[in-house]
Amino acid sequence: MKSGFTAPIGKITQIQGKCISLIGDDIDTDRIIPARFLKCVNFDSLGNSVFEDDRKTLNGKHPFDLEVNKGSSILIVNSNFGCGSSREHAPQALMRWGIKAIIGESFAEIFYSNCIAIGIPCFTLPKKSIKDIQQYNNNKTFFLEINLKNSIGKSKDLIFNLNIQQSSRKMFLSGEWDATSTLLENEHLIDNKFNDLPYLKFTSNYF
Amino acid sequence: MSHNTLFDKVWDLHKVASLPGGSDQIFIGLHLIHEVTSPQAFGALRDKNLKVKFPNRTVATVDHIVPTDNQSRPFQDNLAEKMIETLERNCSENKIKFFNIGSGNQGIVHVVAPELGLTQPGMTIACGDSHTSTHGAFGAIAFGIGTSQVRDVLASQTIAMNKLKVRQIWCEKKLPNGVYAKDLVLHIINRLGVKAGVGFAYEFAGPAISALSMEERMTICNMSIEGGARCGYINPDETTFRYIRERLCAPKNKNWDKALKWWQSLKSDENSIYDDVITLDASKVEPTVTWGITPSQSVGINQEIPLLNELHPNDQFIAEEAYEYMGFEPGQSIKDTPIDVCFIGSCTNGRISDLRVAAKVLKDKKVSINVKAFVVPGSEKVAKEAKKEGLDKIFIDSGFQWREPGCSMCLAMNSDKLIGNQISASSSNRNFKGRQGSPSGRTLLMSPAMVAAAAINGKVSDVREFINK
Ligand code: SF4
Repeated sequence: MKSGFTAPIGKITQIQGKCISLIGDDIDTDRIIPARFLKCVNFDSLGNSVFEDDRKTLNGKHPFDLEVNKGSSILIVNSNFGCGSSREHAPQALMRWGIKAIIGESFAEIFYSNCIAIGIPCFTLPKKSIKDIQQYNNNKTFFLEINLKNSIGKSKDLIFNLNIQQSSRKMFLSGEWDATSTLLENEHLIDNKFNDLPYLKFTSNYF
Repeated sequence: MSHNTLFDKVWDLHKVASLPGGSDQIFIGLHLIHEVTSPQAFGALRDKNLKVKFPNRTVATVDHIVPTDNQSRPFQDNLAEKMIETLERNCSENKIKFFNIGSGNQGIVHVVAPELGLTQPGMTIACGDSHTSTHGAFGAIAFGIGTSQVRDVLASQTIAMNKLKVRQIWCEKKLPNGVYAKDLVLHIINRLGVKAGVGFAYEFAGPAISALSMEERMTICNMSIEGGARCGYINPDETTFRYIRERLCAPKNKNWDKALKWWQSLKSDENSIYDDVITLDASKVEPTVTWGITPSQSVGINQEIPLLNELHPNDQFIAEEAYEYMGFEPGQSIKDTPIDVCFIGSCTNGRISDLRVAAKVLKDKKVSINVKAFVVPGSEKVAKEAKKEGLDKIFIDSGFQWREPGCSMCLAMNSDKLIGNQISASSSNRNFKGRQGSPSGRTLLMSPAMVAAAAINGKVSDVREFINK
């Protein structure tokens, strides 16, 4: 995190690390990174400000401040995590804090696709399993090893079949989750589309 | 799987390829950008040595960070100044049309594009902003994207995306007098919840929807995202075409005829198949107010804040958090809740018709002395029209502050913020914890007419008591 941060590149096949549990439904991106931190032209300094207001309110007792969670890399959340604004600053801030993967009951859609686009795999598990992990994790260190090939998450005592969209899983395994180059491979098809779309014939030259 | 809906047709039309991972590559007909989510995307292009592929398919404006009091440059806030400068430079280097402050066309991106006639039926529209769903009001397929996808659109005019399912929300009958599009959409989100829309596009249809003006339709589609749906749309009709006609970027002359013919052919078929259909009776909707920390936590003005055991078990967790944060007792009535700040504006309700409705309530009345009230027009065009009609005077005479266009206290990236645990009556779209600039600030979402009523009485009130007199 912080100064030593390097963004993931290439194939992502395995993630292992300590879990950090954050309990609550509908945690929105305004909470993950409050709007005042969006006043920036790059993402570099966001790691320290993740959950800033929630952390201030809890005065050292927020999961992201607890000693036991230092150095965690797998975030465990409940349902509809990341709802609200489309700000990619939210997963960028989490990533810069040290999060490499997220497991939750469900995710908001734009947040999910932002995570995939920057190399944070998001997995879902049923409510009950999430609860189990969060209980296990309560004030204790809980290590998990996630294998993208078979979508299995393993700890010392527990084993989970994690769900992830097939398209996302394939992208991480092949290393093609950085979409720009894949999209540009179809350049001639894009040009054809540009020439064919009915409305571009009557609206192409506004300015 | 849905079939022959407008969504299916527009999706298929824009599909460039099926990608190896199973998602589709979709061509984006119109790309809108603003200062907050674009700088990192331009940075990534530079790092990858890539160019903007179709610069005239992207249009920019500045909205989130602009001060609404003193707009002289450089801005007093250095960071805000840096952001606008970055956007100016990125647009000029890449030959992208930029509607800057003072151009006469600056404003909130989702207000500006429709009023310029850029937003049209049958298009795909993307913007690094979740409320891009607004543009679906015209029968476009419009959705918010993140910064990495902004980069992809700049570089390739396409994005990788999984096709959405389609849920039709059929609204019977008509909204009663004093009940507005905002009330209807808050009601829908209350009924379906904030996550029901994940994976879906929402098609709003039925007599109550057809009866709405374009601006009201935008309010509905705007808040699709608050129900979890990335995209919401309404089949285009005469109301749509009439709105677009004569706008700056509307097709002209022969092109208008061609466009109209094409647009008229664009709608969900009579026998199209939906993944889900929901019906509701619009005549039963009341003026609606949120009491909690998600847009689904709302009640009709004459109802009480729900008790825990009246809620679905899945909603109880967040309800408890909401009671505590808001400082409300379950079972207490929402009416008469004292208000500190009143805000009229945002891409949900900062358009000219919103200002007209609020001004009508405020005419010859005074804002309560306990309330700070301000109105922020959605765009320079809205401000100009309002002044022409004398609305600014009505607001100012009543005690409202009249501001320059921008997002303002919808998300409080400028200096308009709640202080401490102040409560606002707000015409915006999000009541999340801390959304309006104070970590303990509280937001009650409602229609602009209801905000005006709250301003006069200094407490949450039923606007029908003002307009039916
Ligand atoms: S008005 Fe509010 S919701 Fe709309 S674009 Fe601006 S900040 Fe986002």
